[in-house]
Amino acid sequence: MTVYAALGAIEQGLVYGIMVIGVYLTFRILDFPDLTVDGSLPLGASISAVAITSGINPYLSLVFALAGGFVAGMITAILNTKFKILHLLASILTMIALYSINIRIMGGPNVALLGSATVFDPVINWGIPGQYAGILIFAIFSVSVTAFIVWFLKTELGLAILATGDNPRMITSLGVNTHAVIILGVGLSNGLVALSGALIAQNQGAADVGMGIGTIIAGLASVIIGETIFGDNSVLRAFIAALLGSVVYRLAIALALGVEFGDFSFNPSDLNLITAVLVIFALIAPGIKKKMVAR
Amino acid sequence: MISLKNCNKYFHKGSVNEVFALNSVNLDIAEGDFISIIGSNGAGKSTLLNSIAGVFMLDSGSIMIGDRDVTSWPEYKRAKFLSRVFQDPLLGTCPSATIEQNIALAKKRGQWRGFSRGVKVKDRPEFQEKLKILGLGLENRLQDKVGLLSGGQRQALTMLMATMIRPEVLLLDEHVAALDPKTARQILTLTEEIVGHQELTTLMITHNMKHAIQFGNRLIMLHQGRVISDVAGEEKKNLTVGDLLQKFYASSEEELVTDAMLLA
Repeated sequence: MTVYAALGAIEQGLVYGIMVIGVYLTFRILDFPDLTVDGSLPLGASISAVAITSGINPYLSLVFALAGGFVAGMITAILNTKFKILHLLASILTMIALYSINIRIMGGPNVALLGSATVFDPVINWGIPGQYAGILIFAIFSVSVTAFIVWFLKTELGLAILATGDNPRMITSLGVNTHAVIILGVGLSNGLVALSGALIAQNQGAADVGMGIGTIIAGLASVIIGETIFGDNSVLRAFIAALLGSVVYRLAIALALGVEFGDFSFNPSDLNLITAVLVIFALIAPGIKKKMVAR
Repeated sequence: MISLKNCNKYFHKGSVNEVFALNSVNLDIAEGDFISIIGSNGAGKSTLLNSIAGVFMLDSGSIMIGDRDVTSWPEYKRAKFLSRVFQDPLLGTCPSATIEQNIALAKKRGQWRGFSRGVKVKDRPEFQEKLKILGLGLENRLQDKVGLLSGGQRQALTMLMATMIRPEVLLLDEHVAALDPKTARQILTLTEEIVGHQELTTLMITHNMKHAIQFGNRLIMLHQGRVISDVAGEEKKNLTVGDLLQKFYASSEEELVTDAMLLA
């Protein structure tokens, strides 16, 4: 792997890390497997891209993207809590609906951002070269998001969110409306995923309706890698692990794409297969390990 | 304090598995009453408590708590003035949160939860003081995760959490049934202390007739969704297990029921 590829992987890891933190919030904290993210990542990208091309400040466009993702997440959670649709199915429904919505927002399957203003402009104007500007901006965003979530989960409301995922009967008996908490939590999660999508679009110079495919699997892979390598015995540690897991995941992918066996090498389109195998292995490994030890 | 009027509750209505869990239950509970509830399996004891707690809505009838008609209130809203301890020690606490986080959650029962710190430094002495009463040494383990505690310890903690801020009504659903006899005795003693100290209106389900006789000032026996016996005061004090069994046979009209089924 070249230095250039490594830097690119770290950059990707940090920006997708914001998405991974959102996935961690639903998947692990709320115990709510949420596939909405495959739709809310391009949703954030489309909103931000359309906002920027209409002359809105790129930083302000992030706020719109976040709000859009939040609403998408809320819809999934409302379908689940108020209308009793299974969480997986509810999130798939929102995800599918978002595909059409994203094309409507962009007025087509993609929007190019070449030559438009982006969040990187201030940094590049300071004279920092392009390939470092991304890393710097994404590091600032992902670390701030991690710090915010860790702070938030230590507030009174945050503790109620933790307890809702852990023991809903108990927290209901303590007077918490778990439906409201789930709607808030899944909304927040998708808001972060959309923020991640908006930053990715600005980085790669385009928003595309297909850019969200496999988001949930990449998110899960990062979460599992993070937990395995860095541990999860406190909220702070778990979220730092999720962010670092995202970086390790992108480095691993970059490494895999560089591997050559004679005439055979991986294509970027093999990514989803590699990731799926990785997640399957990570999910069954603890069970296999237990069996081996038992023998 | 609590008034149930003509309460009816079916489960699986209209199917072959239809159960008439509460059959025109009328019950008036005075402030400060400590009621023990007994009855065979499927008699409607838990259904009665869950109806009061708002876990599900009644099919018909009404429930008043204080001067509030709570019949259509959801569970989380009733929690403002009502506390519960479940049979399963795992249900009352949050395993991945620390002891102090659990107590802090309970300290906010029924109140608005905002953005101030979940566990406040100034509250720690109060938490430790209350934990000391349990006599389990938990006051030195505030930062330990509750998942590390034993069932008995978790149930003691749940008892403390349920009464962290005084509830108007305390509902105990066989809260010592899953514990070993020694721990059960400790939790019951703790229950009696807290209920006496805070002068709580309490409903306690038990399968242990001795406990039912020993604790509380009133005893209710349920059978097939109906209240078949309701004794209080002097009569309650002089009850024996034999009396209870007799009462059961006299009013249940069901000759097939054996002692074993009642005591199960």
